[in-house]
Amino acid sequence: MNNPDNFTSELLVNKGHSPGQLLQLLCEIQTHYSHIPPHAIELLSGHLNIPPVQIRTVIDFYAFLHRDARGDFDILFSDNITDRMLGNLSLLNSLCKKLGVEPGVPRADGRVTVGLTSCTGICDQGPALLINGMVVSRLDKDRIHKMVGLIEAGIPIDHWPKAFFLVDDNIQRRDKLLSHGIISGSAIDAMVVKGSDALLKCLDGSGLRGRGGAGFKTATKWRMCRDAEADEHYVVCNADEGEPGTFKDRVLLYSFADCVFEGMTVCAGIIGAKKGFLYLRGEYLYLREALEKTLQARRDAGHLGKNILGKQGFDFDIEIHMGAGAYICGEESALIESLEGKRGIPRNRPPFPVTSGYRNQPTVVNNVETFVAAARIAVFGADWFRSAGTEESTGTKLLSVSGDCARPGIYEYPYGVTIRQVLEDCGAIDTQAVQISGAAGATIPVQEFYRKIAFEDIPTGGSFMIFNQDRDLLDMVQNFSHFFCHESCGFCTPCRVGGTLMQDLVDKVMVGHATSYDLQEMRNIGQIMQKSAHCGLGATAPNPVLDTLEKFPGIYSSRLVNRSFEPAFDLDASLEVSRHITGRDDEGAHIRHEK
Amino acid sequence: MSEMEMAESGKTPKLKVATAALCGCFGCHMSLLDIDERILKLVELIEFDRTPLTDIKKVGKCDIGLIEGGVANAENVEVLREFRNNCDILVAVGACAVNGGVPAMRNQFDLKECLEEVYIHGIGVENPQIPNDIEIPLLLDKVHPIHEVVRVDYFLPGCPPSADTFWTFLTDLIAGEAISFPYSLIHYD
Ligand SMILES: Cc1cc2nc3c(=O)[nH]c(=O)nc-3n(C[C@H](O)[C@H](O)[C@H](O)COP(=O)(O)O)c2cc1C
Ligand code: SF4
Ligand code: SF4
Repeated sequence: MNNPDNFTSELLVNKGHSPGQLLQLLCEIQTHYSHIPPHAIELLSGHLNIPPVQIRTVIDFYAFLHRDARGDFDILFSDNITDRMLGNLSLLNSLCKKLGVEPGVPRADGRVTVGLTSCTGICDQGPALLINGMVVSRLDKDRIHKMVGLIEAGIPIDHWPKAFFLVDDNIQRRDKLLSHGIISGSAIDAMVVKGSDALLKCLDGSGLRGRGGAGFKTATKWRMCRDAEADEHYVVCNADEGEPGTFKDRVLLYSFADCVFEGMTVCAGIIGAKKGFLYLRGEYLYLREALEKTLQARRDAGHLGKNILGKQGFDFDIEIHMGAGAYICGEESALIESLEGKRGIPRNRPPFPVTSGYRNQPTVVNNVETFVAAARIAVFGADWFRSAGTEESTGTKLLSVSGDCARPGIYEYPYGVTIRQVLEDCGAIDTQAVQISGAAGATIPVQEFYRKIAFEDIPTGGSFMIFNQDRDLLDMVQNFSHFFCHESCGFCTPCRVGGTLMQDLVDKVMVGHATSYDLQEMRNIGQIMQKSAHCGLGATAPNPVLDTLEKFPGIYSSRLVNRSFEPAFDLDASLEVSRHITGRDDEGAHIRHEK
Repeated sequence: MSEMEMAESGKTPKLKVATAALCGCFGCHMSLLDIDERILKLVELIEFDRTPLTDIKKVGKCDIGLIEGGVANAENVEVLREFRNNCDILVAVGACAVNGGVPAMRNQFDLKECLEEVYIHGIGVENPQIPNDIEIPLLLDKVHPIHEVVRVDYFLPGCPPSADTFWTFLTDLIAGEAISFPYSLIHYD
């Protein structure tokens, strides 16, 4: 085996000594050693001129980086509610049992670790897991059984059956965006021919708004960035796709990558950027190789690099940066921090990235789908785009449909489509509720299925999770509140503490110990989080609780105990350790339940 | 004076206040005493029931109960429940009562580890053994804030809350007004 210094030293030679590369270097070291050994930290510290303690805080921030060795096979089961509904936990337990391993703890021989991770974006083909960073989809008993054999035999995953790693696009409905392809280079060609001012006008006329969630007008964002005077401008594509239940960017990056890069290049031409980044979530590592190839093909074709399409001074290139398992890095300012190699802690806004983003230079951050739409608009024009959708929400939207339906997958609809229509098309019957826009989104009951997907009614980043009448919605609420607790970056108290309190109270309801007083506490805490959290994560984290408290009160009230107060934990049980240590069992060694 | 006598003499009955220190450092009680001479005014308005100051051991019916410290052992639970059952208004006073505070730092370790560190492996320990006398309350495996054990009406933050915080809180509460603190009293860095 290589000695740690060699691998890390070589890496430093190849990647250079810029402190901004820290996270990228750590990702590679993690992949190579299954953890970041102390040697590597020392070496990085010396060469990048970053104190070791700072490097350790970065490692500890990202879920996919570890300071202690993981197993040679490092397995993380995707734990979104949709994976739960498909039985991920019983598969995890059976895998652990067969391998003789405790969840989260490496097996004594160092062969394997098994744990959980947040939504991996394979909801339509779950349950899924990551093994050494690669996705295994469509888990079932048989697949688990085969995995055990491969792991015990020590067969590297490159030699595992290819079928394990297949992830289909699974496009169920195509509209404007997915059915009208463009020839590589045609959008930038249109810009070069028409001029960037005209193209920006066209984009403005199309009414395109961001597809990542907030729905800011794309042309306005690009114009503000262009007009911000600075040495450098940057384009960033947000491919963090962390919103539970969302997987449409995965499909765009797999089958429409060239168009994503085309959109970024158009943006670069307009705002005057020389450099762009694709920030790819760690879960999508399996897409990277193909993406790099697409980038190379574009360079070879003169669509990236120096003097693009022969235009003097139109220089632009794109670098892929990997994330490492942090949902918060989808928030644009946290993403930029992460691009700079740091922990993904959201910045104060304003200033917004359009004036002060990457390296404090004006930066456009857009969602993957936004860039695809922008490239199409550059070729087909504003009217083509506007002809679909509503006045306020022009064009189409990709929905990631999962949960209880016959045909999960990607559905592209003109904005304004009703929830009922989507449910009908995907073969959902007996639906109790739809969770739209991920864990922080809205829980929609049957009586609201007439409502529309649109910025003016129900906005969404694209997640559409379906729950039938047999489901217990509190399972969903619990899954989401644990998700937010786990993903809170910990920077501000309302989210770090409030999120934990909320999680504990949901758990208390779940086990049947909560009172109506606890429900009131949940409302209070939720309101504080909404009002005072530093960023969107904490401000929206209480949504699933507050929404279901209002629209599905039954899932709570049916579990309440009819008392004015119940302790948060089992008092007598918490003396068990002491009883055991002292050998006492007298009356004073017990706490009776108070009526 | 009985209530009847009070009514006849035209005075309003004094409010009864009890205080207890659970798993805390007594700093909150010391801070309460830092109201200095204002305590004379205070005792015109209130009468102390069980507190470490009066040495009354059993809490009677009270209007206000002030609790310092978190819940760390079986006796803390018993005292806290007694307070809740007897006090109309129960107040969590200080970081330990509100959050667990300093004592809750042991929550990072197993209880067994903590006890062994103190009674078995500690420096200078002779005749190492973990005490098991029935007179000694058993420790809970974790230290908890008091609102996880009983319902709490008010939370006074601070480590400790300053004398002025106590004063403002008590006088507002006794006057039946909404409690409002100037920013300086709830600003901690
Ligand atoms: C907690 C949090 C997570 C986010 N995750 C994503 C994400 O995964 N992908 C994304 O495009 N936008 C995400 N956003 C929104 C981004 O901050 C930003 O608004 C968006 O990338 C802008 O692109 P758009 O205008 O094209 O939508 C997230 C926001 C928050 C608060
Ligand atoms: S709201 Fe949560 S995620 Fe956002 S800054 Fe605060 S702690 Fe971090
Ligand atoms: S809050 Fe501070 S002063 Fe009060 S008991 Fe706890 S440690 Fe002592």
